[in-house]
Amino acid sequence: MEAAEIASITQHSGGAIGAAWLMIALPLVGAAVLLLGGRRTDKFGHLLGVLMAVASFVVAALAFVQLLGFAPGERRRGVSLFEFIPGLVDKVGLLVDPLSISFCLLITGVGSLIHVYSIGYMAHDPNRRRFFAYLNLFVAAMLLLVLADNYLALFVGWEGVGLASYLLIGFWQHKPSAATAAKKAFIVNRVGDVGLLIAMFTIFATFHSLTFSGVLDRAGDASQGTLTAIGLLLLVGACGKSAQLPLQSWLLDAMEGPTPVSALIHAATMVTAGVYLIVRSGPIFEGTGTAQLVVTIVGVATLLAGAIIGTAKDDIKKALAGSTMSQIGYMVLAAGVGPAGYAFAIAHLITHGFFKADMFLGAGSVMHAMNDEVDMRKYGGLRKVMPITFATFLVGYLAIIGFPLLSGYFTKDGIIETAMEHSAVLGWLAVLGAGITGFYMSRLVFMTFFGKKRWDAKAHPHESPAVMTVPLLLLSIGSIALGAYLILGNRFMIFLSPAVGAPEHLPEFHPFSAPGLATLALVAIGAAFAWLRYGAAEVPATAPRGSFLTTFARRDLYGDALNEALFMRPGQWLTRLAVFFDNRGVDGLVNGLAASIGGSSGRLRRVQTGFVRSYALSIFVGAAVLVGAWFVVGNL
Amino acid sequence: MPWLSTLMGVSVLGALGVTLIRNDKLAKQFTLLVSLIVLALTVTMAVQFSPNGDQWQFQENHSWIPAFGVNYSLAVDGIALVLILLSVILVPIVVLASWHDAEKGKRSVRTYFSLILVLEAMMIGVFAATDVFLFYVFFEAMLIPMYFMIGSYGGPQRAYASVKFLLYSLFGGLLMLVAVIALYSIAGKNTFMLSDLIGTIQDVNTQKWLFLGFFVAFAIKAPLWPFHTWLPDAAAQAPAGAAVLLVGVLDKVGTFGMMRFCLQLFPDAAAYFTPLVIVLAVIGVIYGAIVAIGQTDMMRLIAYTSVSHFGLITLGVFAMTKGNPGAQDAGTGATLYMVNHGFSTGALFLIVGFLIYRRGSKFIPDYGGVQKVAPILAGTFLVAGLSSLSLPGLSTFVSEFMVLAGAYRLHVPATVIATMGVILAAIYILWMYQRTMNGPTAESVKTLPDLNAREKWVVAPLVALLLVFGFYPKPLLDVINPAVKDTLSSVSVTADQAAAAPGVKEGK
Repeated sequence: MEAAEIASITQHSGGAIGAAWLMIALPLVGAAVLLLGGRRTDKFGHLLGVLMAVASFVVAALAFVQLLGFAPGERRRGVSLFEFIPGLVDKVGLLVDPLSISFCLLITGVGSLIHVYSIGYMAHDPNRRRFFAYLNLFVAAMLLLVLADNYLALFVGWEGVGLASYLLIGFWQHKPSAATAAKKAFIVNRVGDVGLLIAMFTIFATFHSLTFSGVLDRAGDASQGTLTAIGLLLLVGACGKSAQLPLQSWLLDAMEGPTPVSALIHAATMVTAGVYLIVRSGPIFEGTGTAQLVVTIVGVATLLAGAIIGTAKDDIKKALAGSTMSQIGYMVLAAGVGPAGYAFAIAHLITHGFFKADMFLGAGSVMHAMNDEVDMRKYGGLRKVMPITFATFLVGYLAIIGFPLLSGYFTKDGIIETAMEHSAVLGWLAVLGAGITGFYMSRLVFMTFFGKKRWDAKAHPHESPAVMTVPLLLLSIGSIALGAYLILGNRFMIFLSPAVGAPEHLPEFHPFSAPGLATLALVAIGAAFAWLRYGAAEVPATAPRGSFLTTFARRDLYGDALNEALFMRPGQWLTRLAVFFDNRGVDGLVNGLAASIGGSSGRLRRVQTGFVRSYALSIFVGAAVLVGAWFVVGNL
Repeated sequence: MPWLSTLMGVSVLGALGVTLIRNDKLAKQFTLLVSLIVLALTVTMAVQFSPNGDQWQFQENHSWIPAFGVNYSLAVDGIALVLILLSVILVPIVVLASWHDAEKGKRSVRTYFSLILVLEAMMIGVFAATDVFLFYVFFEAMLIPMYFMIGSYGGPQRAYASVKFLLYSLFGGLLMLVAVIALYSIAGKNTFMLSDLIGTIQDVNTQKWLFLGFFVAFAIKAPLWPFHTWLPDAAAQAPAGAAVLLVGVLDKVGTFGMMRFCLQLFPDAAAYFTPLVIVLAVIGVIYGAIVAIGQTDMMRLIAYTSVSHFGLITLGVFAMTKGNPGAQDAGTGATLYMVNHGFSTGALFLIVGFLIYRRGSKFIPDYGGVQKVAPILAGTFLVAGLSSLSLPGLSTFVSEFMVLAGAYRLHVPATVIATMGVILAAIYILWMYQRTMNGPTAESVKTLPDLNAREKWVVAPLVALLLVFGFYPKPLLDVINPAVKDTLSSVSVTADQAAAAPGVKEGK
């Protein structure tokens, strides 16, 4: 099999591809019915939600099969929908191509499993119906994001997932911490959105179009400076959505949401939207080395930062969130390399979607068993009471640290090798990140499932019901096998090439390359170190103070402190100043002026009593001026 | 059929009829009926409007004061049509929402509803007037019913607020009157007809003076920073329904006037003042948003968000001046923004009004955790809030995007700064939502009832409009686009200029 050139888009309106809009419409209808139906739909709300997600998956799978039936050069199919904004985006359409369909399968596939899992996880929540409505809304928006054939519709989905994320992080909104985290996520994302908005303005000013075909096919026509500007602005958007430095701070707080949300939105799908945006906009980034360089730097910085944060967290979900940041950093790094990296970025995105969702849901299963306890120092020895959760978690763990032959091994190795060829510095930093991953993930597993029981007296852990464990099992299968399937023989790179292109020489898989062996060695050292500290040794019930480095990592590398010092406090100060200025300054000045016209402020106050008289007076004065003006002008 | 006069006539007759009905409840029902009839008539008229036909349709022209060449002359283009539609859609909604608002004080309930109908007639007239003098008459007359609605039925500081509103408006109106008369004299054609006056003033200096006369009046009305300080007081003291009509419709006359009169009559002066106006507009966008963040009174908060939004509309209007290839998008966006802002802010004011009616307080700290006791109220409040922060999928986003994308073609730094407003918008809306709706339920709101059927009927059409036009704005855009194109031909920006854009090199 050979890689194909980027194909042009064929308009198409038949079969499952022609009906691709159903993928979006089905969950959207689900959300609408559940939200508008209110309490009447409480009884079957969760079932309807699951049904819509699964139905969407079926459409995606049919469209995928149909797409495979076309020759590679014809695998970009446009579906025209309706007229939108004449002049800006004349028609909204969908683009079904290898890139978007890969996302669709991931979103609806993993999404459906998480829907099913949520039946059990949210069983005792009085607002479970609303939860499923929001989940459906999220799936619809995310599918719009990846299926849109233009930047503006992409942005509608982009903000739609932001809204769903806001609603779901704050799902338990009676908790002030949840409400605050939800608001923070939305606002930080909006900072990124400003970048994306201005990128769109620049794109439109440059290309007179916002459709992918109208922009990306002609990217070479624009000047390098313009492309750099657009690329960097798109990156700002990507950083917000994908929690990359410097807009990462919201993701850790987002763990306030119910755990299935963390699995679906804040691990498997939404947070990878930034990677999608960069890969989709490939021709823009390929025209500007500067923007690509910045993308790779952001990726490497975040992959290290996330990993370091992961080492110091005792909250199991926050440790996983740090890990998510870090793994997306790998994807962004690969996306910044260009066509050689795109396939690895997306392949890692897909395998990560499986093993990270697997682990998040596993963490949820643990929390479910432990009265919603998230502190790993109060876990320990859970492998015996929760064998299925343990086994599936173990698979996810081995996949993420890159244990040979599991999914993460292939996809992460691909990124490291590609980065190494691109720049040795970036490559070795990525290897270092892998080593740290080996440490913090092992720490997490040892603290949770091994060692002595450190449970609260009230905890009676038990295995979760089948509705929760079956999704875990299915996700584990993906975590085991998907990486080899996608990477070996460059299967995924060739599949993706009509959409994003491919490097001139397809890479070969070397199991015993120097970076590969170094990665394995570092991971092993990291894991061993974690075993010594958290497996073999006793885990203290309260966190030791640790060095300043530990504190640095626990405080999320002072990201929040920095934001507070730079933006929040000056912002509060500015707000107070502006309110004061508006009340005293602007208003005072104008009132003063009005008073002096009226004679004195006392006069003004008298005018304000007895409103009818004052009105008559005003009209009289007005009329007098009017007549005066008349004479003045009339005598001109 | 004289459609526009009929619409106004039905409103005025309805207003008279309301005062004759002795029973308050019957009077209210009658008002609702009249406003629905006006709505139905307007929709019937709008359906007959042909977007690509003549610029001015449904023309009526009668001599009024022949000595001065004043005509009673009405007609609509696409811009006026959508604003009239906005007005007549909002009126029945406001009537239904205000059902009990006038009952608290000692003032007559009937008069309040009668005033709403009088105001409706004025609003139709002000958008439909094609004679500059007639426009001025409506522009001033509009103040009277609004003055009484605030001054007689408003909050504790209604007297202060209503007089402030009146004085500001009168001051602007007088400047405009002087400019109107000067325009008449200098043009020397013994006519006030807009179409005859366009292009008559060639001297740039004269244009500048006359422009200022009109512009200050419109800037106060809009309100543009720093002429905005009357609005928070007026909106905070007005009954919620009056606030909707004030901010949703009356203020639009300001930005509408800028587009129709300032740009078309004085294009050179408009081009000259564009940098200044755009600076003021952008300051307004950011300043209004920052001050909104700092408010604790919900009505004032919404008023300040409008200061921010009017900054964006003004940015769009003045992005229509010469030399901007994005003029068409900016102008259409600004017009659409006026409509969408009416629905969005209308919904926000009304829902906050419902909340205040229940708890008896406008202050955010008096609330908390309302979501738990009144989920529908909270849900609709969130949707209205999201439309205020221009969430894609809601109609406000379409207009905001068009304004910014159009303005960006010529005014890059200004647009970039204005775009920062979207972050601030998220802060003021979501923070207000969090403080009132989220968190533990405050003791004082534990017994608040959720929206009742009447209130749901108030909110539902607004939410539906925001959603429908968010995904399918084409029907409105098809009406607005040709009208903006015609307007631009007076401002001498042609479509050809839009074709030549910077940034793209020929070939490779």
